[in-house]
Amino acid sequence: MRNLFIFLWNNRFFSLFLVLEVIALSMLSTSYSYHRSLRFNLVNDASGSILGVYSNISDYFYLKKENQKLLNENAYLRNQMENAFLKTDTSAIFIDTLYKYIPARVISSTTNMQTNKIIVDKGKIHGIEKEMGVISDNGVVGIVVGVSNHYSTIMSALSKNANFSAMIKSNGQLVSVSWPGDDYLHGEINDIPSHIQLSEGDTIISSGNSIIFPKGLFLGTVVEHNQREDKDLSKAKIEFYVDFNNLHYVNIIKNLMKPELDSLIINANNE
Amino acid sequence: MNNIIIKNIVRFLFLVAIQIFILNQMHFFGYLTPFIYILFIIILPFQTNKLLVLLLAFATGLTIDIFGDTPGLHTSATVFMAFVRPALLSGLFGKLDFGQNEEPGIKKLGFGGFLRYVIVLVIIHHFSLFLLETLDFNRFFDILKTTFLTSLLSISLIYIYIFLFTRNK
Repeated sequence: MRNLFIFLWNNRFFSLFLVLEVIALSMLSTSYSYHRSLRFNLVNDASGSILGVYSNISDYFYLKKENQKLLNENAYLRNQMENAFLKTDTSAIFIDTLYKYIPARVISSTTNMQTNKIIVDKGKIHGIEKEMGVISDNGVVGIVVGVSNHYSTIMSALSKNANFSAMIKSNGQLVSVSWPGDDYLHGEINDIPSHIQLSEGDTIISSGNSIIFPKGLFLGTVVEHNQREDKDLSKAKIEFYVDFNNLHYVNIIKNLMKPELDSLIINANNE
Repeated sequence: MNNIIIKNIVRFLFLVAIQIFILNQMHFFGYLTPFIYILFIIILPFQTNKLLVLLLAFATGLTIDIFGDTPGLHTSATVFMAFVRPALLSGLFGKLDFGQNEEPGIKKLGFGGFLRYVIVLVIIHHFSLFLLETLDFNRFFDILKTTFLTSLLSISLIYIYIFLFTRNK
């Protein structure tokens, strides 16, 4: 034992290097999977408020663009209001709210990493929890992976570990959207059965199969589809609907039925 | 003595602030973000205790990680760079005599010498950073490309900083 200490002391530079590197790498190992990043992250109120001060200033530069975005979104929503429809179908009534939207401001975001994170200025006290969906002007942005009291981090769709359940709008075929990791404009859809015809410009929307996102949010449009004779499933390249490099305000989706759905799944698993 | 500590604290705060508030928000050509904060470790005085350099590198990397919520990524790359630094200094400039508190700079090491020193450390840091981040050998060529392009940006910024803010150019 004594010899070991003498050895470590004599090689103290190397030993300290190993210790520090092991600490760092064990932190890093949490970022290689979505589930592990849910368990460990560094978001906290102190760093959040420092970042917030800065974006308070820089936000003024985007006001015009954001206004335009809001106008478009308002128009889109008006089109969906009850009084925008000719009432012939009287069976459709809204019984209960299923989703609640919490607006938040982006205070930091990246697009150049393999797992891109967005930090926003809403947290636990605003009702944000892990695994909530995040959208921007009807496009899917990502999923909340960490919350502190006033801030939260979002793993954006630009993450190699993230998979989104989606469908092709024109025919309802279920696919999954992922990000291959090269550029922030384009994603990928996998598992397209060979009988499905895709053409450029086809819209990909969220499937509503997960409890995180409601159905019908935009993910992107198809830009390239390589169909191969010898394979059953093919891939296609899509252009993301959301401009991740230019993201200033987002909405976080709270599924009010989530506790009920969660307990249902747990019960089903137990039986 | 105190002077040099205060100077380095100010430099640390300044470089970290530039990194977090300006550079981290910038994505050149859509995906390149230069890293200037490592300059703090690069130009710590020659005679700084090697163990202290490691601890400072850990603290610097962790600060950047906290603000970007990238657990351990910058920490591990920066600690590795600090680990290489003493060997590199003695390998490249073993024959030179360094005074108390003297910092690596163009004046002391010569233009070519300092440039070589900066390039090696920046590339070591960037390469380990992108390698650890991607951890996918199928993308090895992409990692090399990103390392090369980002290093070009970082080194240019480091030189701009040195010409603007340091006296022993």
